This record gives sequence, structure tokens and C-alpha cells, in this order.
Amino acid sequence: MASGARLTIRTRGTDPRSAALLADAHALGLTQVTAIDVSDLVFFDSYVSPAQQVAIEGVLVDPLLQTASWQPADAGVDTELLPGVTDPTAQAVVLALAIVGLAPIGIATGKHFAVTTTEGTPDEGTLATLARSLLSNSVIERWAPTPIAPSFVDTQATAESSVDHVAIVGLDDEALQALNRERGLSLDLAELHTVAAFYRTAGREPTDVELETLAQTWSEHCAHKTFRARIVTTDGTEIAPLLQQLRDCTTEIAAPFVRSAFVGNAGIVSNTPGVTLAIKAETHNHPSAIEPFGGANTGVGGVIRAVMGTAHDPIAVTDILCFGPTDLPADELPAGVLHPRLIESGVIAGIADYGNKIGLPTVAGAVLYDPGYTANPLVYAGCLGVADDAPALPGPQPGDLVVVIGGRTGRDGLRGATFSSATMDATTGDVAGASVQIGDPIVEKLVIDAMRECLGLYHAVTDCGAGGLSSAVGEMAEGVGAEVDVALAPLKYPGLRPWEVWLSEAQERMVFAVPPANWAAMQAMCARHGVEAVSLGTFTGDGVLRVRAGALEVLELDTHFLHDGRPQRVMTAEMPAPYRGDPALPECADLAATLLALLAHPDIRSKEAVIRRYDHEIRGATVVRPLVGEHHDGHADGVVLARPTDTNGVALGIGVNPWYGVTDPERMAHAVIDEAIRNVVAVGADPDLVSLLDNFSWGDPRRASTLGALVAAVEGCCAAARAHSAPFVSGKDSLNNEYLGRDGQRHAVPPTLVITALAHVPDAGRTITPDLKAAGNVLLLVGATAPEFAGSHFALIAATPAPAVVPAPDSQAPARYRRLHAAMNRDLVRSCHDLSEGGLAVALAEMAIAGDLGATITHLPHPHLTTAWFAESTGRLLVEVDPADVDAFVTAMDGDAFVLGTVQAVATLVIDGVEIALADLRQAWKGAR
Amino acid sequence: MSTPPAIVLAAPGTNRDHDVAHALELAGAAPRIVLLAELLADPGLLRDAQLLVLAGGFSYADALGAGRMWSLRLAHGAGDELNAFVAAGKPVIGICNGFQALTSMGILPGALAHNASGHFQCEWVKLAVPASRCVWTADIDPIECPIAHGEGRYVHPDPAALAAAGLVALTYADHNPNGSVAEIAGVCDASGVVLGLMPHPENHVIARQHPRHGRGTHRGLGLALFEQGVRHARQVG
Repeated sequence: MASGARLTIRTRGTDPRSAALLADAHALGLTQVTAIDVSDLVFFDSYVSPAQQVAIEGVLVDPLLQTASWQPADAGVDTELLPGVTDPTAQAVVLALAIVGLAPIGIATGKHFAVTTTEGTPDEGTLATLARSLLSNSVIERWAPTPIAPSFVDTQATAESSVDHVAIVGLDDEALQALNRERGLSLDLAELHTVAAFYRTAGREPTDVELETLAQTWSEHCAHKTFRARIVTTDGTEIAPLLQQLRDCTTEIAAPFVRSAFVGNAGIVSNTPGVTLAIKAETHNHPSAIEPFGGANTGVGGVIRAVMGTAHDPIAVTDILCFGPTDLPADELPAGVLHPRLIESGVIAGIADYGNKIGLPTVAGAVLYDPGYTANPLVYAGCLGVADDAPALPGPQPGDLVVVIGGRTGRDGLRGATFSSATMDATTGDVAGASVQIGDPIVEKLVIDAMRECLGLYHAVTDCGAGGLSSAVGEMAEGVGAEVDVALAPLKYPGLRPWEVWLSEAQERMVFAVPPANWAAMQAMCARHGVEAVSLGTFTGDGVLRVRAGALEVLELDTHFLHDGRPQRVMTAEMPAPYRGDPALPECADLAATLLALLAHPDIRSKEAVIRRYDHEIRGATVVRPLVGEHHDGHADGVVLARPTDTNGVALGIGVNPWYGVTDPERMAHAVIDEAIRNVVAVGADPDLVSLLDNFSWGDPRRASTLGALVAAVEGCCAAARAHSAPFVSGKDSLNNEYLGRDGQRHAVPPTLVITALAHVPDAGRTITPDLKAAGNVLLLVGATAPEFAGSHFALIAATPAPAVVPAPDSQAPARYRRLHAAMNRDLVRSCHDLSEGGLAVALAEMAIAGDLGATITHLPHPHLTTAWFAESTGRLLVEVDPADVDAFVTAMDGDAFVLGTVQAVATLVIDGVEIALADLRQAWKGAR
Repeated sequence: MSTPPAIVLAAPGTNRDHDVAHALELAGAAPRIVLLAELLADPGLLRDAQLLVLAGGFSYADALGAGRMWSLRLAHGAGDELNAFVAAGKPVIGICNGFQALTSMGILPGALAHNASGHFQCEWVKLAVPASRCVWTADIDPIECPIAHGEGRYVHPDPAALAAAGLVALTYADHNPNGSVAEIAGVCDASGVVLGLMPHPENHVIARQHPRHGRGTHRGLGLALFEQGVRHARQVG
């Protein structure tokens, strides 16, 4: 650094980042901090002359917005990205300097934080606490008291191209387990025996590359061992493998619109001739726990690639987020865990960054809070894609080239699949250093653009996700075989060993099987969009996967063993026995106060602050957006997307309720499927054209009761899907969402099943939203109300006597939704809102807030007041109907419609004589966040 | 009526190029999306066009500041042709990231800073249309359309002078979403042919795109702005 230079760029006036940091510091209990002033740093690895300084400032500094300084730094904290972490800013600086004709120079970037406390200058301890807990994330950054000595990427590094053989053949059980731990393989003993036996027969030991490849391919993350396991209950009943049950259910429903279910990267359906839709949702839980921004960021990028991997053009993103309580006192935070507030802000920023920059609307979603998510937050991201007259892809053919396009390969995300399959402990953040990374949405955007023009040039495509090339090439080569040379892969920086290239989870890469005759055309299309494309080898036809690094052979594996050699797991399930008899009736002393408390509950209250961070308008296709109503601030039930040139559209709805799952996972599954379908029906979708995704986040299934809850949930899923004739087209499970604290206690997430419903909207110009439309209209309830309070939000905030029951499935719901849809098509419905958390009273309040209108409810659907107001029985919707249409609507519903009251042009909601000002409802729901 | 050829310039990371191309089609132009690299390889492409759009998005991931890299490449690779295009009186519009690039090049006055909120915001705004030199906003009614940006706070040392010179083309009418000085949402150059604005009129070109479409209180199609630009392109072409 002696000969280098340091440029500090400071925002004129107040830097908005500074205010956010100060608020976070106070939330973490560092109340003595009075200011954190952030500025950006650019480091140069060699001397910068005064003339060069002027030229560089001309490029990097906008004098209207920023000031620049080449002077030594003030006291404070400096941070910089760790070498090897993608640094787009440094890359841009290099490019900018080249444009203005400056000689190449090594660049690194960082941030400087000047900190002030009530005492003036902070002591070293305060600075270190701040730096560790707020200003830097040790997974991707390092910090030092100012001035930091920057590190520059070593562009001259070399690595010995070597391969090690790992002794496994003669090992006893103890030694196998030790090897498993030492290499982080996350395999069980039966699997280790199978690997050892395979190599005993082969008469050799595995290479390190082979062992890592097997561990990745056989990981829970990639192989879904639990969902394919043979399960026996504690009373000896044999259960069909869970994945089999879901697939059988889809086969039985035999929906004509399903094009592809449970194969490939995403489910594919067609609701209109010539147009197919691809849909997928995934989780990125463990990475988001240790590096919230990067984890969520790459989670979005990954699920978008899953849709790209079906040769569909991505058109929308969804996200469902589960966090610990954001007001958790700092001293109650488990060891080694980031504060929920920081996880929440990082995850939301990460999703916004990827979705906004790649140019996709982030639409449907939910945000839930529960102490069970404190150490193990859940981040679900989904993606919808479309293709017009997509050509059928035959799969890799012998002689096809193995082509990789997109981002370069670095040490990013090594062993992500095995990492996500392990239970986290307090040291995970330290040891998992390389297992997450920051995404580059612009690169992925350019890959999408290039792929749009490459249609028809390739035989197969898949994305590079967990397991990197080992997974992508390994899966494509199944049965065909391939030979690739990892030395041909473009690298971010030199020095990677062959196994690192093969297993790297560097983002934004896609793998194709390209006939040699089309290769030049494909290269040209990629070059036009500035996307790097290389051929690493060929698909051979002999069924064997071979990997070389130049002349060095590093892997030779029969793809049949790789994909089918894993022994089936045998697991034990202890089935739950939830109470389903007559419930006790909870009493509520103050209905109005309880309603306001429910509206203010973190799960129910307005999510506007989150939703507005995401672009939901881009592509001009968002017809029903997440925020609707007179002031654009009410929550929509589902969203509707329709290309500006199309008449029809698609609706997306989400169902999730972990609190039901704690008590009765089977009913929970039924309830959340009903909720997801209710959400799309409410906005005008056709209940006969609904496809479903299932995404399970569960604890450790090797615990019999945890597996039992999973089995019950899958059974509930299948029953509900059959009842609604709504097939599952894809799904994913994330198990082992548990955390072993330094306190020795296990922390597991509540059983969290997220259902995504995708449905056809026949006329996107005639959609329905939940905001009340006009005074004088009549409000009706469809569906039956019962005292079902277990897992309800009423029960979360008020004393509820035992026994309680989780809302039961409503066998009438499918017919009800069809009738409601027919009524909508006859233009009999002015607004519609689904009843979910908080029941009827909350739904009424939400409609009133969204429409900025009052209502008077004179008839309640149940004689027991608490039940009428707050029970969460499924299958119910609130409907607003013009008074002239009420008879026609009730007839259309076959009498299944109960008049509650009318919409009023006053700022009051009156329920059964209890008056609450609209302003109070709004204040409670929107409140201060 | 002629359909003037239009270029929608897309830099690596711009992402509303297709949206604005659709708006131009509806407004009666014949748009073609041209990649920045293609324009830099052949700046003469501009001579065949009568209207130019710099589309919104995140060119170069907003590294070094929104629009900065785009403006550097454009100014160094096709600056002369771009200046000739403007000098010929052909209409140019920079939306969001395109606006940021135009201020960064100095073609439009002022600069765009981080939103006062400190983060990205997506919401609908109502735009008033003050009397100005701008050919794009001449005689149009107030527009309603979304914003979607993190760096959209308009900064200028002397907004009164801007207004007096007739360069303030659009202002935020009911609320100022990002802290822009004098509620400025869009400015034009002294000739009036170059408009830069942060909001996205290209996302309100058909009625059902408006959030209050179902309430019957939707108004202010953004399409009007593009129709004015295309009308002007026909006149100069």
C-alpha cells in the first residue's frame, strides 16, 4: 500500500445510508452511538499522479452529488470485500478508467465509517462491536480500524493441477464417519458403505473430485432423500414415498393443462393454446441466515435460472419470508445468530436488488414472524416464466457440445448443497465462508436476453445451481455420458484447483447441449449480448461421466451409479394425533381492542414498506398488483399478470400458515392449499384451471415426530389437491431447518408449507380487488363459520382455552369457488376478499381501509361473538354486491351467501353495534414500522 | 400518417426497453431496440432514426452511480452523432436510468441523487405539466404512472432559474416521492427536444395498467407523452 492511493467519495449533504445504520445501531442496543457517517473507498495498487487524480475524479465523482478526497482517512472503521468475492464496483472502475484512456491499475473497493458517540470519539470496544455486528459481514467482508490495508486480487496466482485419492475402501464405520465429518460430506453410514463397496469392486480409491461429486449429487438438497425414502410409522404402517404420493395425486387428477410435472427444473402448464407457463419456487434458508443480502439475492437469481432451465422467459418473481421477531432484545439472541432485524433488512434488500435489477416484477408474497425463525429464517423465492410455441427439447444427444454460458467461475459457494443439508451450529457462519456469494443480476439479465435468441439452437438446457457443474453436467449426462475439461472454463481469477472449478456454485451460469452445427450461431448470439460462452467438451453416448483438467484425469464415474446408486433411506415416522373433537369457546372481553391488536400484529399489518421496495410494475403486465384500492395501500389477495397485448392473464396466490402446522399438520396443508386457491379465485381466476407448487421447510426428519408431521402434511396436500382438482406441478423441500445453539438446545422452525397457486384469468380487463367500491352496496359472506381457533391469530394474542381445533377442510369449497367465479363472469361481484388470519373482522377492516369507505354489519354468521369475529374457518370469502344484484348473486351461489350488512359513505366500521373509526383501523394496520 | 423510425437504446442492464418500445408502437412509431455495443460499433445508426429513447433500468448495475458508465461509453463512443441528432431537432427521451445518463453526460441540467428515503421505491405518482419548452409535454394533460427507482432525487443548485428558462417539464403533483428539489420529475434541454424524467409513462399506455382501473377512477395515460414525441418526430423527419 506504500505506493498505492486511497480515494474517499462522500455524498454531499446527508447520505441516506447513514441514517439507516444509526437506526440499526440503536435497535441493537448501541444507544451511545450518535452518528455513523458512511463514505465509499476506492483503492489503487500503485501511485496515482495529481494529473491522474483529476482524470479519475472526472470519471468517478459527480460534483453536484459528491465530494472526493485523496487525503489520509479520519479515524473510524474501514471495510473491504474479501478477495475472491465478486466486486462489480471494482470491475466498473477498471472499465471506466480504460474508457478515458488511463493505464490499467489494480483496484479494490470498500467503505469508511466515521462514528460519533455521546462521549465523542468511540472507544475501541464500541468500534469493534459496531464493525462486527453492523458494519461488516465476515462472510464476505473484513474490517479494520482506519486505515485498512487493502488486498488486491492476485492475477498471477497459480494452483497445482493435481488430484488426490481418498482412502475409503478399507475403512470401518468409525473411520467412515470421521471422513464424513472431515470433508463435510453430509452422507449417512449406509451411503458411505455403498460408496466404499462401489470402489472396492472398481479396485481403486475415489479421487477427491469423485467423492465430492457423489456427496453433492446424493445430498438431501439435490437427491431429496427424505421425500424418496421408505417410511414406516411407529405403529408399523408402511407409507408410500412422499414424492410418489404427490406425483400419483397429479397423475390421478389428470388435468389436461399440465405439460410437465415433477421433472426438470420447473412445472409447465398451458392454459391457452400455444402458450406455456413455467413455475418454480425454491428456498435459500441457510445462506440467508449467515449472509442475508447475498443469500436472498442468489436465491432469487437461482429460481429465475430454474425457469430459464426450461427454456421459458422469466416474467415475475414471488417471495415468502419468515423472520424472528424484529423487536427481539439483543440479550435474547442465540449465540452466533444475526439479529432478526438485520436478517430482515438484508433479505429484503437482497430480493429487491436482484429482482429490480434483472427487470422482473416481484409480485406475490408474504412476510411472517415467529420466534421459531430467529436462528433459522426462511426465504422462499419463486419465478414464473412464459414461452410461445416453445420447441420440444429432446435432451442431450451423443456428439452434442457441453456449453456453459454466463458468469465466470470462482471459488464462490463451494459445497452449498452439502452445507444446506447439514444442521447449522454456532460456528456455521465461520466455516461456511465460501458457501454464499453476491449475485450479479445484470449478467443473468444478459443471459436471458441471449437465450431468447438462442431458442432452437440447443437440445437441452439446465441451470448451474447447487453443486455447480458437477450437478448440472452430471444431471444432463445421466444415461448419456459426457467428457469435459474443466481447464477450459473461464475463471474470475487464476489459481482454482480442478475440484474447485467442478464444484463451484458461481452464479449466473447455464449449461446447454448444443449440436456442433449450431455452435457458431449460438456463440454469435451470446457475443451480441456480451455473454461469455465456452464449450467444455461433448456428450459421449457411453453413459460414463469423465472430467479432465487439461491432460489430468480427475473423475470417471458411471452415471447410473451417480444417479441411481444411492441406497433408499428407511425412516421412521411418529404420526401426530391432533385433537379434532368439540372445541372450548374462547371469550373476548373487548372485541374492538382485539381487532385493533390483530390489525397491528406483525403478520397481519400492512406490508407496504416491504412491497414498495420491489418493482412490481416493470413489463407493464401487472394488472392486479400487491397494493390496491383508493390510496393504493390495501393488500390484494392474489396478483394478476397479463401482457399488455393479451386478453387473458394469470393469477398467483400464496397459502402459508405454520401456526396450524404446529398443532395439526394435515389440516394445515389442506387449509393453506384452500387459501392459495381462494386467493386466485378472489381476483377473478378460474378455479378449474389451477396448478400448485408445494414448498416444505421442515426440521430434521430423522426425528420421528418431525417426519410424522411431514407425512401428515403431504397427506393433507394430496387430499386437498384432489378435492380441488388442482394438480401439483413442482415442489421442493428444505429439511434440517434446525439450529444447534451454543446453549446445547435445538431450535427448529415451525413446520412451514408454502403453497403457490397459478391460475388462468379469462379476462384481465375484468379482475376483482378487495377494496370496497361504493356506499349502498351489500356485503355477503360465502362459506361456513365454526369455532376453529388452534393456531389462529386470535390465539396468538389472546388466551384461548383448550381444547382447540385447527380449521377443518370444507368439502363444499370447490363447488363454492366455481359458483363464485361464474358470478364474477356475470359481473355480479364488485369486490371480493378472502378470510384468513384474524377472520371476518380483520377482512372487513382490510376492505374498508383499502376502499376508504365504512360499513355497517348487522348480521353475524355465528351466534358466538368471538367465533363470528375472529375464527379462521377455511373456504370463506367476503363479497361486495350491487343491491340490485343481490338476489341474482344469492341464486348464483345456490343460497350459499349470507348477507352481513352494507357499505357506508362514513369513516366508521360498525360490526354488530361496535363502532370503530376507520382512522383507528388504518392507524393500527399501517402504524409506525 | 408516417411511422417514424425510432431507436430504443439498451445498455447492459437496462430493462424497460421492451416496455417503451411497445409504448412507441402504440404511439405510432416504428421502434427498434439497439444495443449500446451495436451503436458504438456504428454510431451512424442514429442518422436513420427520427426519435431516440434511452431506456430505464440498471445499466452496468449502477456501479459508480446510476447512468455513469452508460454516459461515459456513449459520450466517448457516439457523442458526436448524438449531439448532431439533438442539433437536428429530433426528439430524445431518457427515462429513469436514461435520464440519469443524460444528466451525467451534461445534455440535461442537474443530477439524480439517492432518494431521500435511502432506498428503492415503487409507487404511482401524478405528474403536473408546467408550461415549458419541452416538445414532449406540449399540450398534454397530467399523467399518472409509476416510479421505480432508488436514485431519483433531482438535484439542481438553482431550480427557480430552471423554471424561468422553461426547462421544468414535469413535476410531482400530489406528493414528492423522493425529495426532488422543487418537486421536479422531468427536465428538458434549452432546445426542448430532449426530455429526461424519472417516472415511467411507458407503464401506463393502456387503461387496465392503472391501479384504480377497477374503481373507475383511472386517468392520465402516459401514452400521451409518446404521442407528442412521435408527432414532433414526424414534423422534423
